[in-house]
Amino acid sequence: MTDLPHDPPRRSHARVAGKMVCLAFAMFGFGYLMVPLYDIICDITGLNGKTGRLSIAEAQATQTEIVAEDRKVIVEFVASINQGGSWIFKPMEKTMTVTPGKMYHASYYAENLSDNAVVAQATPSVTPFAAAKYFNKTECFCFTRQAFEPKGSKDMPLTFIIDPDLPINVDRVTLSYTFFRSPNQS
Amino acid sequence: MSSNDVTHHAPDDHAHHDHDEHGPAPGLMRWVTTTNHKDIGTLYLWFSLIMFFIGGAMALVIRAELFQPGIQIVDPMFFNSMTTLHAIVMIFGVVMPAFVGLANWMIPMMIGAPDMALPRLNNWSFWIMPFAFLIMLSTLFMDSGGPAGGWTLYPPLVLQMGDSFAFVIFAIHFMGISSVMGSINIVATIFNMRPPGMTFMKMPMFVWTWLITAYLLIATIPVFAGAVTMLLTDRYFGTSFFSAAGGGDPVMFQHIFWFFGHPEVYILILPAFGIVSSIIPTFARKELFGYDSMVYATASIAFLSFIVWAHHMFTTGMPLAGELFFMFSTMMISVPTGVKVFNWVATMWRGAMTFETPMLFAIGFVIMFTVGGLSGLMLAITPADIQYHDTYFVVAHFHYVLVPGAIYSLMAATYYWLPKWTGNMYDEKLGKMHFWISTIFVNVLFFPMHFVGLAGMPRRIPDYSLQFADWNMIATIGAFGFGFSQLMFVYIIVKCVRGGEKATGEVWEGARGLEWTVPSPAPYHTFETAPVIEPSTVTR
Repeated sequence: MTDLPHDPPRRSHARVAGKMVCLAFAMFGFGYLMVPLYDIICDITGLNGKTGRLSIAEAQATQTEIVAEDRKVIVEFVASINQGGSWIFKPMEKTMTVTPGKMYHASYYAENLSDNAVVAQATPSVTPFAAAKYFNKTECFCFTRQAFEPKGSKDMPLTFIIDPDLPINVDRVTLSYTFFRSPNQS
Repeated sequence: MSSNDVTHHAPDDHAHHDHDEHGPAPGLMRWVTTTNHKDIGTLYLWFSLIMFFIGGAMALVIRAELFQPGIQIVDPMFFNSMTTLHAIVMIFGVVMPAFVGLANWMIPMMIGAPDMALPRLNNWSFWIMPFAFLIMLSTLFMDSGGPAGGWTLYPPLVLQMGDSFAFVIFAIHFMGISSVMGSINIVATIFNMRPPGMTFMKMPMFVWTWLITAYLLIATIPVFAGAVTMLLTDRYFGTSFFSAAGGGDPVMFQHIFWFFGHPEVYILILPAFGIVSSIIPTFARKELFGYDSMVYATASIAFLSFIVWAHHMFTTGMPLAGELFFMFSTMMISVPTGVKVFNWVATMWRGAMTFETPMLFAIGFVIMFTVGGLSGLMLAITPADIQYHDTYFVVAHFHYVLVPGAIYSLMAATYYWLPKWTGNMYDEKLGKMHFWISTIFVNVLFFPMHFVGLAGMPRRIPDYSLQFADWNMIATIGAFGFGFSQLMFVYIIVKCVRGGEKATGEVWEGARGLEWTVPSPAPYHTFETAPVIEPSTVTR
């Protein structure tokens, strides 16, 4: 019969537990870090249909690199309204035939059918996803919130340029906007 | 279940008790103030048994409604609450606390430690749980009803529930805090409380699987806590993490949620692997085949579980590269899992096998868990998953890995260690009956779900098309049979606690490991002096 007492722990409990608490807090932080990471990854890969955004100068730089003057791409415009708000929201033209590398203007029309002033936000999505990062916008009503008077309406402009590097197998790009009523109405 | 009777002597030299003995405090306050790992283990196990019947009753409401097409018994909103709460109760209230209870009871005894490293924290992490579930279940009695958007809490749907939403989120926070505290305790115990000679590679598989599970919990539960906190601030404090109107994205929630959610499913199964790896060698009377590969397989599964999450989201629209990555990484998990299944089979190969109740449940686990694993492999195939997604095929898959998987391992563990806990043998005849009745009904319950799922029946809907009627009726019969046969389980446990044939210290002829070197019932304090562990000592 031996009578060995338990050796004092080789490491203190507080140290191990402290490290684990730090890990738990770090992972809580990581959960929040996934929010900016998600946006960055979507931007880089064009995942989730997030479109590119260029300044006018950058767009003009792209414009000089036109490589395929005879290539035509059909752009389709789609509009939908989130949770059936009382709106009219539609593209002014349903499709356009464009040449990659040239800048084009399009617009959407929105009308507030309610008797209240509302603020709305449009979110874009491009399909196929592979095309998303080649679809660049220099000006878009989706960059800012749009305010509407009661029964107010407006044309909302959009300027875009398709990068000539657009994969050759893509000949049709669909740009879809969903119109959301902004949650924080004053 | 613990006993004051500590006058026995250990059956061998590895444990002895020649110091001042003191038992538990008398009265009910014993259970409130206890810091003893066995008491807390017992509390966790009783808690999860009670929650098992609450979650099971919810499942029976679901199955009763689905007995026939049409809406007969409950209104659809309540049905949705039932599917949501059934999942939350079974995951966070049954399987997780039961594994923590077993960890509390067995890990110190398996590694030769006198108690858990942080006994007060241990008491606290248990007592948070009943209050968390009281808050969670109280939402059913509030005006706006219980959570009804599914346990995955996807926005924007979940943000549309009434003000009981805040209670649900806080209850989840409390459960998370409890799990993280319990895991910290387990890590500290395994790192610091092993006596000299108990090296990492001498630890039983159950201890190894729990060490890895504890890391998974500490790494993922806080991510979940972050995700539900974002939901809370989106709802009440004007943030727009998941609201597209404010520049957020609801799909991002799914990424964050499943970054937690996929490791979570391994949290629910790794300790089960450990239990089965303890039981099969005992009744095959052979050492566990391929112990080292079991350890590495467990670690690989844990690692892979962090890089497969988006296989839950194949239908959200992902680039081809993403679909391929998540498909292949998911399929890769079947390699270490296959290693485990083959090791269990190899352990039984040419063993002197006997089929006591724990062994029956363990073998049932191996076979039926593998059925669930194979349907999981089918779901991993991206193009096929687009058809299977959100159908009853998915329901069949995860119930096969969780009911005859995780729950069977818990029943196996209960029968296996019950004589050690109570000092009495359970009723073997009733135990075997419980196994066979459960196994028949569990297959009647879940197997037809494969068929209706492949035929396109969607999950989480209270009504269905007529062509699914026959299989649903059969599944409901299986559900009631399985549910009510669990009353046998309670009866057998209560009968065993109250008395029965006395168990020896070793209990099972082929038992291996330190927990069998102390008397049965295990004294209130064990291994207060460290056992001597020679390289030749059998500890696993």
